[in-house]
Amino acid sequence: MNVGFLCRIQFAITIAFHFLFPPLSIGLAWLLTLVEWRAWRRGDRVADAAGRFFGKILGLTFAVGVATGIPMEFQFGTNWSRYSRFVGDIFGAPLAAEGVLAFFLESGFLGLYLFGRKRVSKGWHWFSILMVALGSTISAFWILAANSWMQTPAGFIIRNGRAELTSFREAVFNASMWPRFCHTFDACLIAGAFLMAGVSAAVLLKDRRNPVGRYCMKLALIFGLITSLAEAFPFGHVHAQQVARTQPAKFAAIEGLYTSRENAPLVMFAVPFTQPPQLKAKAELPGLLSWMAFGNVHARVRGADEFPADQLPPLWLTFVSFHNMVVLGLYFIAITTWGVWRLWRRRLFEGTRFLKLLVWSIPLPLIACQLGWMAAEVGRQPWAVYGVLRTADAFSTNLTAPMLVFSIIMFCILYALLGSLYVYLLVKKVRHGPDALEPPEAFSEAQLSGAKLDFPRQKELVRS
Amino acid sequence: MTLAAIWFILVFVLLGGYAILDGFDLGVGALHLFARGEHERRVAMNAIGPVWDGNEVWLLTAGGALFAAFPPVYAAVFSGFYIALMLVLACLMFRAVSMEFRGKVNSARWRRAWDVAFGGSSTLLPILFGVALGNVLRGVPLEVDGTYDGTFLGLLNPYAILVGVLTLVALTMHGAAFLAFKSDGKMHERSRRAAVGLWVVFVVLFVTTSVATAVAAPSLLRGSSSPIAWAALAMLAIAMFGFPMALRRRRLSVAVLASGAIIAAMMALAAIGLFPRLLPSSTDPSASLTIYNSSSSHRTLLAMLVIALIGMPLVIGYTTLIYRAFAGKVVLTEDSY
Repeated sequence: MNVGFLCRIQFAITIAFHFLFPPLSIGLAWLLTLVEWRAWRRGDRVADAAGRFFGKILGLTFAVGVATGIPMEFQFGTNWSRYSRFVGDIFGAPLAAEGVLAFFLESGFLGLYLFGRKRVSKGWHWFSILMVALGSTISAFWILAANSWMQTPAGFIIRNGRAELTSFREAVFNASMWPRFCHTFDACLIAGAFLMAGVSAAVLLKDRRNPVGRYCMKLALIFGLITSLAEAFPFGHVHAQQVARTQPAKFAAIEGLYTSRENAPLVMFAVPFTQPPQLKAKAELPGLLSWMAFGNVHARVRGADEFPADQLPPLWLTFVSFHNMVVLGLYFIAITTWGVWRLWRRRLFEGTRFLKLLVWSIPLPLIACQLGWMAAEVGRQPWAVYGVLRTADAFSTNLTAPMLVFSIIMFCILYALLGSLYVYLLVKKVRHGPDALEPPEAFSEAQLSGAKLDFPRQKELVRS
Repeated sequence: MTLAAIWFILVFVLLGGYAILDGFDLGVGALHLFARGEHERRVAMNAIGPVWDGNEVWLLTAGGALFAAFPPVYAAVFSGFYIALMLVLACLMFRAVSMEFRGKVNSARWRRAWDVAFGGSSTLLPILFGVALGNVLRGVPLEVDGTYDGTFLGLLNPYAILVGVLTLVALTMHGAAFLAFKSDGKMHERSRRAAVGLWVVFVVLFVTTSVATAVAAPSLLRGSSSPIAWAALAMLAIAMFGFPMALRRRRLSVAVLASGAIIAAMMALAAIGLFPRLLPSSTDPSASLTIYNSSSSHRTLLAMLVIALIGMPLVIGYTTLIYRAFAGKVVLTEDSY
């Protein structure tokens, strides 16, 4: 086994496992911002109980997300030291900015949100979940800015044997930054919505009258429908158009266009084969790809044959991951539309089939995230920084295969343990269900004054 | 003062902030192994519960700042200390999840397992950090292109291990003061006594390490005549003698500040000794990575400084607010771990 390959495997495992958790916590944090707002402003006891229930789930998800996130920042140095030396002048800044502007915010206020329910006023408590949501979103912004720079590098020149920054603004707001951020951020919201909907469905399957389950189910389905629609259009569409313009080789690979042509068809379904690359059992719509990419059915789209072999990403994996992501995206629109339809016809809480489907749909947005990320990152190959630095020139040369194998095995065991414990504890929490609603008297007192609860410095806190 | 020098200071400020803030978290974690009974264990965990996560961010930000400001140093240290860092990562992960997982299942064996994971990782981390710092102080074999040319076992030299033990004792002492500050009753008394005992061990180890530094890393003492070095030494001396006095007079907040000042002063002395080097080479002094041959471009350092000047005051502001919300002794509620 060569070191470069092992470095890639380790990085892929690290990111893939970590990337299961942030979408859930970002999506859930924004949903909780809505829930806690209602609990605070309207004094709604159901929303308050929902906040306590999903707040616990957020805490659990966040803990695993934080734990698995640390290795990523370390690995640029450990596994990709040649990369770090070459692009550190540009790539390090977003990571540092993420720490200063995002991590402090989300982790500081998460503590206040999770432990401060009885210590600070309702308003401050709502503010703390808002800061958690905002912090985690800013964090996504900076890490995606860094990732986008690897896809569509800008704002630099090659000097002194490294990439040197010429414009911080151009480097951060590079060509793929906004399309990627919107697409990924919306994917996080979908993941949060499906978690909330699925958990509520599980609660309702046990107790059809549970008010927390009913309230959260409605909220999550409407939220899920809006975000799923927005994911396809405009966000997915705009992102694909940007890839067609800035990374044509990747576009050819993910869309399965192996020969350049005008009036290029959109492949709806196909079974891809390698050597030679070809698609069999195709179902395609003529001209649609040209139209979607360039707004004109006659536009010429560059196919894989136009690029030398050493500049093409692996064709099979990119095609499969991209198309399955799209299928899942359509499924999200379909199921949330169905759910909102049932809600409108007042049949949402009848029957068990739809509720069970929602429970089993919880992991699907995460799978879609993984597939999308694979299409994006494998599609960038053979480059670490598109057109600038090859992956083969990026890994650390002073590592040995046994060292890597040792740590890969160690982390696989650790991740298997963490992953299964997370699922176990999540299921246990959901089985236990939401706690009973607070009695009305205690609740209204708590939510109106806040200051009476054992927090002597309440007034000072508000003033400062 | 050049931007590179400012960033040298800022990286050490971030590392120092981490050592002081997460230092008491780790110290409390190590002492957690000696807590008696379920109530004490929960008090120890909840003493740091709302704040440890934010404290850990200082390490992540220091790592990010090192990457951005001095990429070759980040690359050399992280790839060179590969195995050691993987162990650090495993420990950080165990510590993070053990607190969250522990209370979630009502079984004595389950809780015991996570207690061991929590205490064990909190004990191992300061040692690993100390060993890494010891190696940086002593210098590591570097090739001309700035890659580390040594082995994992090469990191486990006597001097580095001594610094590792000193770090563990210093942070546990700091944690004991913090735990005394946050607890009451018997736990408070025992934590206070532990802090005094650890202080004695710390003083002995500190003297030993100082002598060992003069032997193993004499180049660190070059800057010792500068006024800043004297200021740091004076702060160290005052804090070192103030610590047990504050404990005896039951001024626990003063004691926590004193142990924090001890850690800050030691970090400052390390930085003064190293300057302008970030990673000295033990084989060829001219191969050392310094702020002159390893810094990022002026534009990057400036952009980062702007971000830091906007961000850090905000961070310090709201972190203070959050600490104040959790002021006072630990009270266990339904929201606690």
